[in-house]
Amino acid sequence: MRYLLRRFAVLLLTLWIAVTVNFALPRLMPGDPVQTKLATIPGISPLARQALEKQFGLDTHQSIVGQYFSYLGHILRGDLGRSFTYFPSSVTSMIRQSLPWTLGMVGFATLLACALGCGLGMMAAWRRGAAGGNRNSRLDTFLVPLGVMCGAIPPFWLATLLVYFVSFKLGWFPVGGSRTPGAAGGLSGTFDVLKHAVLPAFTLTLVSLGGWVMLMRNSMLTVLNDDFVKFARAVGLPDRTIAYRYAARNAILPVFTQLAMALGIVVGGQVFIEIVFSYQGIGYWLLQAVMNEDYPLMQGIFLIITVTLLVANFLAEALYVLVDPRVRVEASK
Amino acid sequence: MNVRATLSNPRAIIGATILAFFILVAILAPVLSPYSPTDINFAVGLGPTWQHWLGTTEGGQDILSQLIWGTRESVSVGLLTGVLICVVQLVMGVFAGYVSGFTDTAFATVTNVFLVLPALPLLIVLSAYLQGSGGSGSTAVLIGVITITGWAWGARVLRSQAIALRDRPFVEAARVSGEGRWHIVLSHIVPNMLGIMVANFFGAALFAVLAEAGLEFIGLGNINTVTWGTMLYWAQNDEATLMGLWTWLLVPGLCILVFGTALGLLNFAVDEIANPSLRRD
Amino acid sequence: MPPLLEIAGLTVGYGWTGRPVVTIVRDVNLTVGAGEVVGIAGESGCGKTTLALAATGLLDPPGQILSGSVRYQGTDLMSLSPHELRALRLTEISMVFQASMNVLNPVMRIRSQFLTAMAAHGVDSSAEATKRAEETFDLVKIPRRFFDAYPHQLSGGMRQRAVIALALVLRPKLLLLDEPTTALDVVVQRSILQSLNDLRRELGFGIVFITHDLSLLVEIADRIAIMYAGAIVEDAPAKDLYQHPRHPYTSALMEAFPALGGERKKLEGISGQPPDLRRLPDGCSFAPRCPKVIAGTCDVIDPPTTGRDEGHLVVCHLYDEREAQVG
Repeated sequence: MRYLLRRFAVLLLTLWIAVTVNFALPRLMPGDPVQTKLATIPGISPLARQALEKQFGLDTHQSIVGQYFSYLGHILRGDLGRSFTYFPSSVTSMIRQSLPWTLGMVGFATLLACALGCGLGMMAAWRRGAAGGNRNSRLDTFLVPLGVMCGAIPPFWLATLLVYFVSFKLGWFPVGGSRTPGAAGGLSGTFDVLKHAVLPAFTLTLVSLGGWVMLMRNSMLTVLNDDFVKFARAVGLPDRTIAYRYAARNAILPVFTQLAMALGIVVGGQVFIEIVFSYQGIGYWLLQAVMNEDYPLMQGIFLIITVTLLVANFLAEALYVLVDPRVRVEASK
Repeated sequence: MNVRATLSNPRAIIGATILAFFILVAILAPVLSPYSPTDINFAVGLGPTWQHWLGTTEGGQDILSQLIWGTRESVSVGLLTGVLICVVQLVMGVFAGYVSGFTDTAFATVTNVFLVLPALPLLIVLSAYLQGSGGSGSTAVLIGVITITGWAWGARVLRSQAIALRDRPFVEAARVSGEGRWHIVLSHIVPNMLGIMVANFFGAALFAVLAEAGLEFIGLGNINTVTWGTMLYWAQNDEATLMGLWTWLLVPGLCILVFGTALGLLNFAVDEIANPSLRRD
Repeated sequence: MPPLLEIAGLTVGYGWTGRPVVTIVRDVNLTVGAGEVVGIAGESGCGKTTLALAATGLLDPPGQILSGSVRYQGTDLMSLSPHELRALRLTEISMVFQASMNVLNPVMRIRSQFLTAMAAHGVDSSAEATKRAEETFDLVKIPRRFFDAYPHQLSGGMRQRAVIALALVLRPKLLLLDEPTTALDVVVQRSILQSLNDLRRELGFGIVFITHDLSLLVEIADRIAIMYAGAIVEDAPAKDLYQHPRHPYTSALMEAFPALGGERKKLEGISGQPPDLRRLPDGCSFAPRCPKVIAGTCDVIDPPTTGRDEGHLVVCHLYDEREAQVG
């Protein structure tokens, strides 16, 4: 329990640091870009501008410390300000609209890549290390450079190529967007959504597959060399039992941690992929915000992404206790 | 670290060969390139022809020349950033790992914080803040931003390794016999971590190359330079796809892929050698 | 009635691709009768573990059996299919490794590991399996409440006992132990050995006990074989070996371990190093370190094997009948 409390304290600390960094960053930049931008928003009444400044914590009537605390106050109330570009839409509402798209597509692709990758990695390692020693296995020899290559693919490049060849030339999938505007709801609407998600999800799965394969493979190889695997064979356990309940069960521990982290990164989204496919998830909007110098939106999204990652990290550590009994005992000390 | 093992590992050889090839092209760019990359006097939007093996861009530039000169930029930035990241990792990971007490905790906390900040969004946001989004950014800023986002993971790995070594008997012995702290780090700890550090370098360089290309692709780099990433930016912007100029789109990305694969193979090979249970017979 | 275990002319080597094979075990002959305790003693690196692994079919590449045979109750183990060999484990032949603290699966409860092992050998009913396992736990003197624990919750000594329990739970006829107590303190060591002896008397299994500690073997073994540089150099009943050691290496080993009682004497180590198995000297491999070496003979000619008929075998020039007549 104390272990968890300690991790939670670290979580809070890092959260606070992230928020503070978010606050400090625009103020540290040369030329005070925020003020400049604020001054250029068309059609804003002076009163609205003042309100915006206040929300953004730029109220020059307050000291910087005052600004900081008012900023914190807003955050804690869930008020992330209003977008400059899409004024008066609130940042929170924009995030709420785009987040599910990212979670769905990227989340699914991540889980798929992890499952496939682990399966392949485990097979490759098993073929190599199963009967002991380190035989050469064709699957393994083949899989490793493939995995390395997958990790070197620039995701935006692959995405662009797919858009060109598969969507544009072949017309199998839509060229971009997350759904056809004005599409009906219900079953056909769902189908429409899925059609738009296929290519982005495919790209993402392919690009991240390599990493999982390598992680599981390496972990499994290390475990297969461990004494308890040799003993399991000496005890006469069938191969299948050894592969799954002994080797993989132990090898999956680092994978588990990594998966939790990867799911946290899901929200950061694969920004490049969303951009190329014009898939309107949170990554897409982050870039829009960047392009438009829409600071509240940019900050808001960045904060949400960081928070999600931190929470996922914390959950990973908390759940790890359940998965590895050795830590469980330590945690209860 | 077993140098002989590295030299006989087939993946290392392939990776090193590819790497050497690209470095060679980068160095010999002026000699190899048929035209100047910025020369816009050629016919616009050509497919591959005899005079222009890869065709020309929308702006009338020879793609092959761009590719060759782009290699110089991309490779040097990628490798240089890799080195910088390694230096930061060394400081934050190794030294800190050996110095105990408050300094160590401080360094560790900083590492953990950076570890949890999401890399890609941070990359984009920092670039945006530092240089605006008009593509007028500088390469130096690019390198800086990539370094800031990329060092944390490797530093953590180095740190845990340094701590493990710190507790080993031979280090203990050195300390007890009065060897200076820096001396111990440099002559006892670092040599034992050489394998991981080299592997880290290749990993860092890979990250750098992909990150650089990515940022340039969305316009956060310096769009007036010629790199693989900016080539893709222009290809996208000038709607190469609609014009059917697929070489423009395909080839720079292919270079990134192949160069990245070389780095990845070397990373893997060195890792395999440093970790005996991954070695093959 | 064939002997429980009969190793004949076993030669084992390690061969990495592209490098010459290094012979680790050379032409070893060993016999274990039902219920007999045979000890194998030798320095670290003399090949005892490789011998045990090869004999039980657990040798992993790059290790390979180069020649010889291993028979269990008359059946040639190397002729069995992997499936048949696997069926023998735990039910007929069990092995306990060195440093058994880490041979249990860290993420499974001890109960599950026992049940899994037993189910793999046909004991499907978990009630029956649990009963048998708990009984064995009692035999090795582990409190039953640890049955549901995870391995890391047990002390090193208890884990060792748990592993021994697992090895015995299906009442095998042959138990191989490789340095089972080396990593434990002497008190625990003694109590485990005591338990082993009691168990053997009760259950009647044969034991092959591998260790570098000759003094241990002298107390519990029926026969002892001394191994040096991959070969057996002496093989005799324990009492015989203790009272009349023949090979100079055996004497040196015994000198190295002081008796608790008796007069004080200066401890003699054995000077020199065990030989590099890739470059064995000509003639007798112990010659460079032997206090009784006969120059011109021991370092040139391979020593003969004598004394087989009287049950006290020794591989040494000092006991060459021809030599005795001539010299």
